Amino acid sequence: MDMLAGKVKMTQQSVNTAMNPTDALERPIRLTARDVTVHYGTKQALHGISIDIPDRAVTSFIGPSGCGKSTFLRCINRMNDTIEGAKVGGTIKLDGEDIYDPALDVVELRARIGMVFQKPNPFPKSIYENVAYGPKIHGLARSKTDMDEIVVSSLRKAGLFEEVKDRLNEPGTGLSGGQQQRLCIARAIAVGPEVILMDEPCSALDPIATAIIEELIDELRENYTIVIVTHSMQQAARVSQRTAFFHLGNLIEEGVTEDIFTNPVNKQTQDYIMGRIG
Amino acid sequence: MTDMLSTGHQASVERTKLIRAGLQRRHLSESIFKGLGLAAIILALGFVALLFIDIVRKGAPAFTQANLHLSVSFDPAIIGVEAPPVRAAGQSDADFQAANLKWQRDLAMLNWNKVVEASLRAAAPAGFEIDSKELMAIAETDARHEIREMFVADPSLLGKTVKVDVLASANAANWIRGNIDRSLGDAQQQLSAPARSLIDEMVASGAISNGFAWSIFTNVDSRSAPASAGLLGAFVGTLWMMLIVIVLAVPIGVASAIYLEEFAPKSRITDFIEVNINNLAAVPSIVFGLLGAAAFINYMHLPISAPIVGGLVLTLMTLPTIIIATRGALLGVSPALRQAALGMGASKTQMVFHHVLPVTFPSILTATILGVAHALGETAPLLLIGMKAFVAAVPVTPFDQATALPVQIYLWQGNENRNFFEPRTAAAIMVLLLVMICLNGVAIYLRSRLEKRA
Amino acid sequence: MNSLIIAGLLLVLLGLAYQSGWSRSRGLATANGVKVHSRPQYHGSYVAIWTLVPALVIIALWAWLGDGITHNFIVSQIPVETLQSLDQVGLNATIARIRSLATGYGVAGEILPYEQTAGDALRSFQFITFLVVIVAAAVAGIAALLYARSRITARLRARNAVERVINIALLACSAVAILTTVGIVASLVSEAYKFFTFIHPLDFFFGTVWNPSFSSTGGAAHGQYGLLPLLAGTLMITLIAMLVAVPVGLMAAIYLSQYAHHSFRAVAKPIIEILAGIPTIVFGFFALVTVGPFLRDVGGFLGLDIKATSALTAGIVMGIMIIPFVSSLSDDILNQVPRTLRDGAYGLGATKSETIRNVLLPAALPGIVGAFLLAVSRAVGETMIVVLAAGNSPVLRGNPFEPVATITVSIVNQLTGDSDFAGPQSLVAFALGLTLFIITLGLNVFALYIVRRFREQYE
Repeated sequence: MDMLAGKVKMTQQSVNTAMNPTDALERPIRLTARDVTVHYGTKQALHGISIDIPDRAVTSFIGPSGCGKSTFLRCINRMNDTIEGAKVGGTIKLDGEDIYDPALDVVELRARIGMVFQKPNPFPKSIYENVAYGPKIHGLARSKTDMDEIVVSSLRKAGLFEEVKDRLNEPGTGLSGGQQQRLCIARAIAVGPEVILMDEPCSALDPIATAIIEELIDELRENYTIVIVTHSMQQAARVSQRTAFFHLGNLIEEGVTEDIFTNPVNKQTQDYIMGRIG
Repeated sequence: MTDMLSTGHQASVERTKLIRAGLQRRHLSESIFKGLGLAAIILALGFVALLFIDIVRKGAPAFTQANLHLSVSFDPAIIGVEAPPVRAAGQSDADFQAANLKWQRDLAMLNWNKVVEASLRAAAPAGFEIDSKELMAIAETDARHEIREMFVADPSLLGKTVKVDVLASANAANWIRGNIDRSLGDAQQQLSAPARSLIDEMVASGAISNGFAWSIFTNVDSRSAPASAGLLGAFVGTLWMMLIVIVLAVPIGVASAIYLEEFAPKSRITDFIEVNINNLAAVPSIVFGLLGAAAFINYMHLPISAPIVGGLVLTLMTLPTIIIATRGALLGVSPALRQAALGMGASKTQMVFHHVLPVTFPSILTATILGVAHALGETAPLLLIGMKAFVAAVPVTPFDQATALPVQIYLWQGNENRNFFEPRTAAAIMVLLLVMICLNGVAIYLRSRLEKRA
Repeated sequence: MNSLIIAGLLLVLLGLAYQSGWSRSRGLATANGVKVHSRPQYHGSYVAIWTLVPALVIIALWAWLGDGITHNFIVSQIPVETLQSLDQVGLNATIARIRSLATGYGVAGEILPYEQTAGDALRSFQFITFLVVIVAAAVAGIAALLYARSRITARLRARNAVERVINIALLACSAVAILTTVGIVASLVSEAYKFFTFIHPLDFFFGTVWNPSFSSTGGAAHGQYGLLPLLAGTLMITLIAMLVAVPVGLMAAIYLSQYAHHSFRAVAKPIIEILAGIPTIVFGFFALVTVGPFLRDVGGFLGLDIKATSALTAGIVMGIMIIPFVSSLSDDILNQVPRTLRDGAYGLGATKSETIRNVLLPAALPGIVGAFLLAVSRAVGETMIVVLAAGNSPVLRGNPFEPVATITVSIVNQLTGDSDFAGPQSLVAFALGLTLFIITLGLNVFALYIVRRFREQYE
């Protein structure tokens, strides 16, 4: 009982220090999802998710593992297309444009909605080439100088430049786990996305690396719409302005992070926050 | 200079424009790449289809064969021998055998070709003019043996006339089947003009007709009588070798896999054995043939051309495959099963033999059948241990001279009578492939059956 | 007949021993009520093993020495003056006659009196020795049985003893693989060494003329044994085969693993793998009667002089044969590249082919190179296709449209099986085999090393 109380207390503390409560409410809506369902073969993984995601704020998805939060995240840039047998229903709109419209090019969509994955996954190429890869395939750099600039400023924005500036030609796989993840963030930024999806970006990292990434997310919020899936409630409380709670493929409750953590409406959300499920 | 990574609306629109500009080219190269992949698949599938269609198209005609329907009279004027010996009281086995052999030898000394010739003349239209040698070219040369065997089996045939089917000669078969260009001049034809026209007349009259070529399955190889050359000897030779491989390679292979996977301490030596086995699996088969020639024949003096040596060579060749497959199967057994068995107080040996091995049985069985099927198709090592010698007998024991199905194919494809032997080689290939398909089918069937049960 | 009796005897002994150990063990359990270390089956097996080994040793000794002893006995039965008048062939014939008389089958022709007596003596000798061997084996077995049985106590660790025997048997089986390698190396090296006493190694490895002479006049008329024309032929055919197999195999693997619907994959993959199961002699025939003439006609149409049996024919067909080898290895390797890497590229908006070309293939490159080297080793050692379709012309030239000869072809040509290993004509096969073995071994070791390193990288 004591332990539980301590946990809640700590959560409240972090909420208080990390966030600006009014911030998220005033932002325009960037992404709207209506009644999104996902089937893997005959198994239904998501049951009608509807949510609005505001511009230039961090929205976090929390919930016990297998609750569908990652599945929903992968719907937003159509990564589910790459899984054989996955079927997505409902609509998701980016700036009012249906991203599942057959006329829309998924390549273009993914350039606008970047993604960072659970496990750092730098390509087996040099640090420079890792960051330059996206701009190169999309033809975003007109010259070598352009490319250099993109790479350097992406690495800067990802807070990695100072650490790697002398070894841009060394393989990205040689970096530490936290550095690799920031490299992946830089790689995503280099394409100039409007939305960045992060699928448990810190789950493979140690606490110090996690703290650095969280700080970075807070900085990136200025320019990007960020959606982050996390299994850590503390992390959600620390970095996000809005939080959505998923359970068994349903969106149970969604709202301003502070409200979700201090004053959840739904019984299930309450149970989860108190550590009774998950 | 503007920030290349600006996230402002204007910058986003600019970037989208750039991306869109490249999209068409990128999707085109995507389609080309995918098309190349599909083309590769179609090419590979096409090769499979082409190979099978080609073999079947070439081989299928060889399963029918031209037969001569003759009325053979066992004319006492030609067959002038005394009655077969009767065993006298007190005569030793060896003496009776000798008398019998003498009688058969006397029979063999007779000119049975005269009987054949007389029957052929009888089958020809009355008054057909043809030279004896040209006439005899129509029937296969072993027709005389066939008729003599009939007489040996039943000496009471003397003076009687019976209906007998004998094989048409390979050249006659070529002529009938159109394997040889009919417009070629006499000089290039194997058969004389009268013989060719007689054949045509006999076909028209029904004295020659096509039947299923049982001889392929019931006869041994023959050089003097190509039309009666069959696969029986080679097939039995192959069976002997398969038997040896199964009896030796399977237990030894499974046992060594069990040892390496379950018992051997993980040391440099086991590492070495593992590397050694992996490399052995990739040693060219012909090197195993050299091993057989040097070790089994030259050093141990095992008989040359014998299935025993072939079987041993194929055993050594198949062992690594079986070991690797069995180890893979053992590796796939869940640790939970092992821990459960050990937790019940079973010893390691008991755990392996009572719990792990039964679970892996289907995979081991399948791998074994596939390994044996692969050994069945091997040719090169067998050539080096003398199995390409011409053998016209069924090997009764694994120490007798023999050949094998793939080697028989090798021998037939090299026969000078191309027109006749090309289809027959293709037919032999069909038989070999059929045996292999059956083995593979059995493997697949057993695996699905056993896995369902498990 | 005799072997049946021996097998029967062994079985009876075995059953007896097992039963005796088993019942003794049961006796222990019931009589004393103490805890017996091993279960009765193990005591049974324990006694059975003890019984079997001495009996088998005696029978094996007889099988090894018996023939010589019998032979000596027969010779001793032949009168001395007759013996002196016989040459080796005559002696063998006489011995065969005596053996045949002893079986009671009789011989053809007149039987000499000494033959009859020798035959009779041999018959009784054989009967007696057989009895002696059987009795000795039985006595040794039973003695061992009684000894083993007497050792059975509640505390005897029979299970451990039996398991140790099983362990040794298993170890012996794994030694076979090692012995095979040792046998290969020993026979290749020793016979090749003999070859090098005729022909200097430098003349072999760097000779440019391959012209073995089969004349048995001896002396200098051994002919020339230069390896280079064969090596060049082997490399040319291998190169052509790889030019066919690598693009087709790799692209097929990519299509099947990345693009194809799983139901298409389930059908197409096994069909392509059929190619791997077809005996090489079949490919050889296909090359000889179909592909070769086709290429010749195509060449005629294009104004090229392509021979029906040529490096090109053998190489193309060998390439077809290796396609499934390349494709299934590449497929394995591609599947081992972690999914997260692919996701990373897709997440940036890369198309499928961009992901494959820029991320998947570079990541899989070491593994794929390893697979190619394995395929090269397969091609270098391939025999039947080349024997049938390459034309066997051991001349050093660079034209793939002409016939060539390879190392494997020359091995087959030089070692026909019925020649003795006296001259360089047949011994050269082992020098060629050694060369082939070293080349393929080097390729395999290197390739397996690369593939292993690659796997570790993603584990």
